[in-house]
Amino acid sequence: MHLALFIIFAGLCVAGALNLLLQRHPINSALSLIVVMSSLAVLYLLLGAEFLAAAQVIVYSGAIMVLFTFVIMLLNAGKEERTHGSKLAYIAGFPGAAALLGLLAFIFISRRSSFGQARLGEYLATTSDLSRVLFKDLLLPFEVTSVLILIAILGAVALARKEH
Amino acid sequence: METHLIPFLLINLAKVIVVVVIFLMSVAYTVLLERKLVGRIQNRWGPSRVGPFGLLQPLVDGAKLFLKEDLMPEAVYRPLYILAPIIALGCALMSISVVPFGSDIKWHGVQLFEISDTNIGLLILLGITSVGVYGIALSGWSSNNKYSLLGALRASAQVISYELALGLSLVGVVLRSGSLRLRDIVGVQATHGLLSWNFFGGFQFVAFFIYLMAAYAETNRSPFDLPEAESELTAGYHTEYSSMKFAMFFMAEYGNMITVGCVATLLFFGGWTSPFGNLLPQPHNQILISLLSIFWFVIKVFGFLFLYIWVRGTLPRFRYDQLMGFGWKFLVPVAVANIVVTSFCIGLRLPMQ
Repeated sequence: MHLALFIIFAGLCVAGALNLLLQRHPINSALSLIVVMSSLAVLYLLLGAEFLAAAQVIVYSGAIMVLFTFVIMLLNAGKEERTHGSKLAYIAGFPGAAALLGLLAFIFISRRSSFGQARLGEYLATTSDLSRVLFKDLLLPFEVTSVLILIAILGAVALARKEH
Repeated sequence: METHLIPFLLINLAKVIVVVVIFLMSVAYTVLLERKLVGRIQNRWGPSRVGPFGLLQPLVDGAKLFLKEDLMPEAVYRPLYILAPIIALGCALMSISVVPFGSDIKWHGVQLFEISDTNIGLLILLGITSVGVYGIALSGWSSNNKYSLLGALRASAQVISYELALGLSLVGVVLRSGSLRLRDIVGVQATHGLLSWNFFGGFQFVAFFIYLMAAYAETNRSPFDLPEAESELTAGYHTEYSSMKFAMFFMAEYGNMITVGCVATLLFFGGWTSPFGNLLPQPHNQILISLLSIFWFVIKVFGFLFLYIWVRGTLPRFRYDQLMGFGWKFLVPVAVANIVVTSFCIGLRLPMQ
């Protein structure tokens, strides 16, 4: 059951990510990104991180992507134009990407023992577990991060304000 | 999983079908209720020709919408134009799945009065609400019509702004019950009837009014129905839609109204518990207990629907800048203040650990 759900939503996630790159219209790309985000939420849920899954849907597929589509709709962005990239991109890009992927795969496989393991549907981190960690053990880093976000918001307001 | 897979799936499928049928029927009859009540408020009869008291009107309306021609304007962006009403109605139907309708009664290990009992029920509701915006936003954009686009932009901006106040207003309730599971939230309010409801005993009435106003804005209902303001935007985001596609938007709107009523009942008015608490003797019969719990739940939700329609019949529409100012400058600060006061009270009452 868990494995079937995992295969379905992992496939959906990859398909959405590919569609995001291949689509020419920005709104279709934005919608595929929503599919990617939502299927990631299901994957989190399968791993037992229920709060993270809900936060993923509320924050990413809800708030952030709504702003994306909002901007696309407001600007009425047209279709993307295909440009013929430079030769260098074809010559160096594909081997470079392949080499990077190979390197990453090699490191992940050789260091597999130090990552620990997670099985689908085995572990459940409830919201109260998570909040106990955040507000007891990691209180200072958590608060500092929220101050950081607050500073970012203030900076955005200061930048967006019109000069008088 | 303790239960076997096949019976589990069958019972759940049956539950889903029953809930969807009842939900859609109540959507249809909420429309009738609205037309009747607004009629009475405006000193006229409302629908009265079809069936006794116009009771068959929703069925006739449904048949009419099915038989109408499904117009597809030339200039629309087809995939999204078709997808948008599906998203809207899908989200409206999905959000009812975590709402518990009655007391905790199990049959073959399956919860009878709720489709799915999750630990994060409240968060799921918020998540579905935040995804539901796409139905409106995409319909307006894909219609390729300036009125639709304006309506959609207004709706998205309004929903994003009020989502914040909505989420913050729920924090007080969650603090009091210490759980995001809707059954636990009701369980906290179940002990002394009316006095232990979050609205009265929990002193969450500020949160309740914030929730109510934010929820009216989220469902695009009067007095916040700017996305479909007829005088400015003809019909707003669903201007270009006809036949069943229009009906899907319509059903989504009324379905969301019912869900909002259910959630308000669960969070602030004790869900399916009786307002008299233990004053009335508890029946011992299981069937009687479940029927009573359903009865109280339906009565409370009906009260909210009545309030919705009453507000629609009485209040004029907000201006757009008033809407934004009200949301950001009034509701959000009051909600934050409510969280601070509630957590202080809870902190003082808890023994020092």
